[in-house]
Amino acid sequence: MAKREQPDAEMLKGTLDMMILRTLITGDAHGHTIAKVIERTSDDVLEVEQGSLYPALHRLEDRGLVSSYWGASENNRKAKFYRLTAAGKKQLARATSRWRQMRRAIGLVMGEESLADGGVE
Amino acid sequence: MSWRRFFRRKRADAELREELDFYLAEESVENTARGMTASEAERKAKIKLGNPQLVREAQWQQDTIPGLEKLGRDLTYAARTLVRTPGFSIIAIAVMALCIGAMTSVFTIVRSVLLRPLPFRDPGRLVMIYEHFRAPDQNQGSFNYNMVSPPDYYDWRTQTHGFQDMAAWRWWQFNLSGQRGELPEVITAAAATWNFFSLLGVQPALGRTFTETEDREDGDFVLLTWSVFQRRFEGAASIVGKQIHLDGKPYTVVGVLPKLFSYPDATVQVWVPYQSVFRPGGIRHRDYHQTYVIGRLRPGVSLASAISQVEAVQYRLHMQYLNLPVAEDVAPRTLIDDLAKDVKRPLAILMCAVACMLLIGCLNVANLLVARGAARQTEMAIRSALGAQRFALVRQQMAECMLICFTGGAAGVLLSLAATRWLASVWKNLPSAQSIHVDEVVLGFGCGLVFAAALLAGLLPAISSTGKAVPLQASSRTYGGSLSRTALRKTLLTIEIAVTVVLLIAAGLLLKSFLLLRTADIGCGSNDLLTMRYSLPAREYDNPEKVNAFNETLLEHLRAMPGVRSVALGSVLPGAGYGTDDVFTIPEYPPLKPGEEMPLALFRLGDPGYFSALQIPLLQGRFFTSRDRAGQPNKIIISRQLARQYFPGENPLGKHLHFTAYGTADYEIVGVVADTLWQAGEPAMATAYFPVLEWPRNVELSIAVRTASNPLAYSIPVQKQIAALDPGLPVSDVLTMDQIIGKSVVNASLSSTLVLAFAVLSLLLASVGLYGVLSYLMTQRRTEIGIRIALGAQRRELLRLMLFDGLQPALFGLGFGLVASAGATRAIASMLYGTKPLDAAVFGVAAAVLLLVAVVACIVPAWRASRLDPVQALRAE
Repeated sequence: MAKREQPDAEMLKGTLDMMILRTLITGDAHGHTIAKVIERTSDDVLEVEQGSLYPALHRLEDRGLVSSYWGASENNRKAKFYRLTAAGKKQLARATSRWRQMRRAIGLVMGEESLADGGVE
Repeated sequence: MSWRRFFRRKRADAELREELDFYLAEESVENTARGMTASEAERKAKIKLGNPQLVREAQWQQDTIPGLEKLGRDLTYAARTLVRTPGFSIIAIAVMALCIGAMTSVFTIVRSVLLRPLPFRDPGRLVMIYEHFRAPDQNQGSFNYNMVSPPDYYDWRTQTHGFQDMAAWRWWQFNLSGQRGELPEVITAAAATWNFFSLLGVQPALGRTFTETEDREDGDFVLLTWSVFQRRFEGAASIVGKQIHLDGKPYTVVGVLPKLFSYPDATVQVWVPYQSVFRPGGIRHRDYHQTYVIGRLRPGVSLASAISQVEAVQYRLHMQYLNLPVAEDVAPRTLIDDLAKDVKRPLAILMCAVACMLLIGCLNVANLLVARGAARQTEMAIRSALGAQRFALVRQQMAECMLICFTGGAAGVLLSLAATRWLASVWKNLPSAQSIHVDEVVLGFGCGLVFAAALLAGLLPAISSTGKAVPLQASSRTYGGSLSRTALRKTLLTIEIAVTVVLLIAAGLLLKSFLLLRTADIGCGSNDLLTMRYSLPAREYDNPEKVNAFNETLLEHLRAMPGVRSVALGSVLPGAGYGTDDVFTIPEYPPLKPGEEMPLALFRLGDPGYFSALQIPLLQGRFFTSRDRAGQPNKIIISRQLARQYFPGENPLGKHLHFTAYGTADYEIVGVVADTLWQAGEPAMATAYFPVLEWPRNVELSIAVRTASNPLAYSIPVQKQIAALDPGLPVSDVLTMDQIIGKSVVNASLSSTLVLAFAVLSLLLASVGLYGVLSYLMTQRRTEIGIRIALGAQRRELLRLMLFDGLQPALFGLGFGLVASAGATRAIASMLYGTKPLDAAVFGVAAAVLLLVAVVACIVPAWRASRLDPVQALRAE
């Protein structure tokens, strides 16, 4: 099982950080929400593995892109909330533009003209 | 960043766990909301989360610095192993602490004395320049570097161009007396040319230094050093511009030198202008050598070319004044070498001795580790069978050694903090002893030492114990496979013993010279002799009658004191130093050929009772009498060495000596006395004694009182007698004769004691090593010995077998050590007195001591082996 999932995780890894940052732009959130939002907004195509989500959050926090604090969840449980920092916003902008270039480039190679031209917003 | 993460990872993990718990709870709640039962909801949530342990591990991994983590694990493991064998650990750590501590202490002193730059501007360009006589008999000891006569200095300064400037200074001494009833005291002073301080780049702390016009024969100006300024004048800046009284004469204080300035050493209290301490015309005497010359090299000029100019000038002067002691040559020496001249070699030897001890210590720890490595053969075999890489195994073994060395090193550096302070306080003639302290460079050196020691002691055993793939099977049965390791241990031991032998022999030689030096007869009876010095100021005692009156009254009063057997009055007492020397001619002989060496003799004064009070035997003629005084025909007494050197096979009595420095008179030889030494350990020199009552000038005088009992008890009564005659006259150097002699051997005693201490420690270490190896061999061969005994081997045979095994490396080491010593002792030949570098007795004793210690170290394990119960030995297998 682990073997089969490996390529997926691998593909996600580069973009997971970016997606986490993107999720946080709408407001502070805890790990569970972040995972749920990513899953929902991707129409349940992307499944966020907890095994990579938490280390990723930890990494982002360590690099100063997000900050964290303990607060109460909607169900009034103690939860760790993450907030996007100014550095995180900058990083998100950079990652987004790089992602767009990448997507266009890959689209060109794959012969998907329309997609490559279209903007995402 | 990552460091913070590394040290906070425990907390991060706890937080993560809470986060994961929260995730589970949240997910369960959502699942319940979807209509699942509570247990089903929880199950699904857990499935979704996956293994929380994996998540935690992933984060833990991310937070870890891999090398550090492994190192930490190795160190923890090593610490546990060490704690399990406290005996071994304590010995090893103590050995390392001792070795590293000693090495650090000696390095601290070497650095302060030899390596630290002097507190002068651009000190690397400062050079001392001496006169240098080419005659081979002059080129022994310190006489390679002869002090300079004033006119030679002035000629060098004006006639050469390689130096920016040259300055000169000389020692002097004053009676410092107070105007407000302060106690008079004798102070050490120095006289320097006006450009001396600017040449060094020293700025006065207060006031100014001398000007060119102040440097003249009646220049009554004085610079205070910081210590006398604080001590005597309470650090009041108002002293500048006021007058102080030196030898009863007022001197104007022009400035105060900074605290850091302690050249040539810390004893100097005041500085006066150079020319002011010469008597009229003295500055033109080419045969008076008393001056030290410092030059500052011009930028871009090499020392060799600058000195060659001075050499040319000096050789011309030599040819011009052939009948005067004007050297043919000059000898330069850098300022820092000049300051360290007397201690450089002892320090180097000490450094070598400590390095040897450190080497032995490392070898010993390595040896002990090899033994432990062998005991852990099975463990290593299992580990490598389970896939441990060799590097990991080596690293793990190194960790143990590192731990020993670091703990030992830390203890050692602490030890050296105390030891350095002690050493600096007992080593008398160490220059800049005040500035010796442990600083960051020394600590860095200590750390480097620890690393080097850890590598040396750890790498060899680590590599040897992991090298071969030891089959698991073989390790279940002992011996056999351990042969090569035994060979390694024996090699280490051989080196250890060889180094110990070298140390022992060096220490033995130094100790023997010291003992000889201490018991050396300096030529006079030294029991119950109290000495002190005074110098009558020329201002008050301005004619010979006054001087004689004081001296004769004093002698009379002292001789009348109860308990005083005899009294001697002279200039420099035996053993109390070189004093001054003078050249002379012998009118009865044909004049010297050009270029011929002029006869030279030490200058001494003595009163009629001088020789009998000091118990210097008369060989020929007579002593002085009270009639030998000013106005009478000049008389002189010579030493046996002078008679032997300049009147070989002749009767010197009635002949004359002519001293150009003392006017036109010829001195008639009336007596010959036995030799005395000016310093213990130095050869006897030709000496000429002048009658003190005839001497027309004020010089510093020494008085020696032979007493019936403890001489120091007489010091206050004698001082009272002097004060009764002149309350303003200070005395100095109140010492017994034994103390005077002791002063000159105290440093020899220190270096020989230290080297001996290092040698004994090394011997101890080597014997511990020997004992360790043999005990180990014994354990390894238990079964074999058991079988031998079971088959009927005699215990005596076994004892011999084991002894031979242990003594083999000792004998090899002894052989190598003796050969190495033969070479090494040549390096300390110049420090020896009355002892040859290849002293058979010392070599023999050292070899015997080593063999004895080796036998003792071997006999216990060997005896234990021979007492082995065969049944137990075989069953233990």
